[in-house]
Amino acid sequence: MKRNNLILYGALLVFGLMAPFLFPAFKLQISFMWILVILALTWDVQGGQMGYNTFGNILFFGIGMYICASTQIGLFFPLEEWTASGGEKTFLHTPSQYFLGLSAGLVLAGIVPVIVAALIGYGILGLRGHYFAICTLGLGIAAGELAGGIEIIGAGQGMTAPPWPKGIGDTEFRSEFFYFLTFITMLATFTFLRWAYQKRFGLVLNAIRDNEDKAEAMGIHTMRYKILGWMVSAFFLGIAGGLVGNMVGYIEPTEIAFTGATYGVFMILMAILGGKGTLWGPVIGAMVFHIFKEGFWTFFLGWQYVALGVLIVVIVIFFPEGIMGWLREKFPERFGEVIDEADRKAQVVLK
Amino acid sequence: MASILRVDKVSKYFGGVKANQGVSLSVRTGSIVGLIGPNGSGKTTLFNSIVGTHPIDRGTIEFDGREISTLPVPAVAKLGLLRTFQQTRIFGKVNCIQNMLISSNPTKENLITIFSKVPEELTEKAENLLKFVGLHQKRKLLAGDLSFGQQKLLELAMALMNEPKMLLLDEPTAGINPTLINGIIDRLITVNKEFGITLLVIEHNMRVIMNLAQEIYCLAHGEMLASGSPEEIKNDQRVLDAYLGAG
Ligand SMILES: Nc1ncnc2c1ncn2[C@@H]1O[C@H](COP(=O)(O)OP(=O)(O)OP(=O)(O)O)[C@@H](O)[C@H]1O
Ligand SMILES: [Mg+2]
Repeated sequence: MKRNNLILYGALLVFGLMAPFLFPAFKLQISFMWILVILALTWDVQGGQMGYNTFGNILFFGIGMYICASTQIGLFFPLEEWTASGGEKTFLHTPSQYFLGLSAGLVLAGIVPVIVAALIGYGILGLRGHYFAICTLGLGIAAGELAGGIEIIGAGQGMTAPPWPKGIGDTEFRSEFFYFLTFITMLATFTFLRWAYQKRFGLVLNAIRDNEDKAEAMGIHTMRYKILGWMVSAFFLGIAGGLVGNMVGYIEPTEIAFTGATYGVFMILMAILGGKGTLWGPVIGAMVFHIFKEGFWTFFLGWQYVALGVLIVVIVIFFPEGIMGWLREKFPERFGEVIDEADRKAQVVLK
Repeated sequence: MASILRVDKVSKYFGGVKANQGVSLSVRTGSIVGLIGPNGSGKTTLFNSIVGTHPIDRGTIEFDGREISTLPVPAVAKLGLLRTFQQTRIFGKVNCIQNMLISSNPTKENLITIFSKVPEELTEKAENLLKFVGLHQKRKLLAGDLSFGQQKLLELAMALMNEPKMLLLDEPTAGINPTLINGIIDRLITVNKEFGITLLVIEHNMRVIMNLAQEIYCLAHGEMLASGSPEEIKNDQRVLDAYLGAG
């Protein structure tokens, strides 16, 4: 069991490190796969582990994207002029400016969404069930509208992220650079969540999912855990957003930053497909989903969203517990559900 | 002896429904007190009022010398006043041990305690308490897979895990196999005598409450109808009328 785990982790790590060299043509696609894994993992903190369906996590992704790019530019140049008219042509980042800006941008892309999550969470995480879900539905939409009205970040026209500086490798090197940034961010997200789920934090999130009133009756200030959980999601989502903004190179309110209808839906779908409320489910779900999407999307030209709809229906009907849930049912002993003899007898008595 | 819980003229209305109307009671430290009354007489509502599930409309509630009627549920629980639910509540998708660990009382909930491992010795304590209620063998099963009666026992063990000063039990024997009820009575007496936990028990089963409680309060239509020793209550005409549906 332990050894199997090591092999699994090792294989993934090796794949992650080698992929850009083994499949150079797919570097960008695999980078986006890691981004999707981050989206699914962070959604699952609320939607899976804690049982709070959120449709608004895309908010943090978009905020991170705008904050990162604005910092990268604003640190060295007047942001207003940059966004007003093709500023990336007038102003050029030197390599050191570029990397300093990117580092600062990514740090802020993590921190600002955390603060936003704390403030909004304080306001709405007191809502339960459908009320919370519907409330979050408004968040992403409102944010897109808002961003579309703010001149300094390009309003509805959007803005460009700083282009890769001259004299520091070609576009291949650029995509390798961002590949490893996304891979590391994904690893950090996974490792942090894996660690946190083994702590009291993870236990209480599950308690909130199973019966929040009971958790409160046992003296647990559930609000603290809910807000903290959302802050954790916001942190990694914000950084992911910052990275995507730079990878795409162009930021726009509703199609790229606050993409409720694509990424916002995908993150939920992937977590459910893989098995929500499990550590590996969102990872596997995101990978399967991405491969399916990249592989078959072109076959459904014009019908992508119909295909997506069918996929949703198929998942809900045939894999209600996701791939992990299905595997767990097939091979319970592989999941550490080894029932000792006394327990097995107890179970028989129960039935 | 001093009272650990003092409820004074508490009223709670739901729209036009007077669920509690000027209810007063007091529970001596270390005693077992019963709360009876016909269906819908406001017993569970009184529990909810005491632990802060809903704001009360009038009156005061004092626990351990502190006014608690405006505190939220977790804060009251942290003071050492816990309740169990009439419709048993457990954490169904995690196993019994985990249910117990969640229930252990973290005195502080800050970043450090939230992100620390649950102490090892708590698992041992959890196993011992599960043994005490007879669920040790089932400790690794999902709590949601236990039978209703077993879930009631688990809920009791979870409450004990929290080490409260006082427990409000909402029908601890409802739905339990009659042959097991004596076991529950014995355990509740142990909880009271040996763990030193004061008990306030809602119970419909007269035999149980007469055996358990030193003092009994009877509610009817949201008002306190009578109180006294089990003997007195048993022979109180008003109580008999209320139970026979004359009210
Ligand atoms: N949340 C609520 N909203 C509206 N009415 C309520 C609410 N809770 C209780 N009531 C009403 O208050 C009255 C007392 O209910 P309560 O649950 O306290 O009775 P009880 O004595 O516990 O009854 P039982 O023995 O059946 O459990 C009932 O008329 C009930 O309908
Ligand atoms: Mg009741």
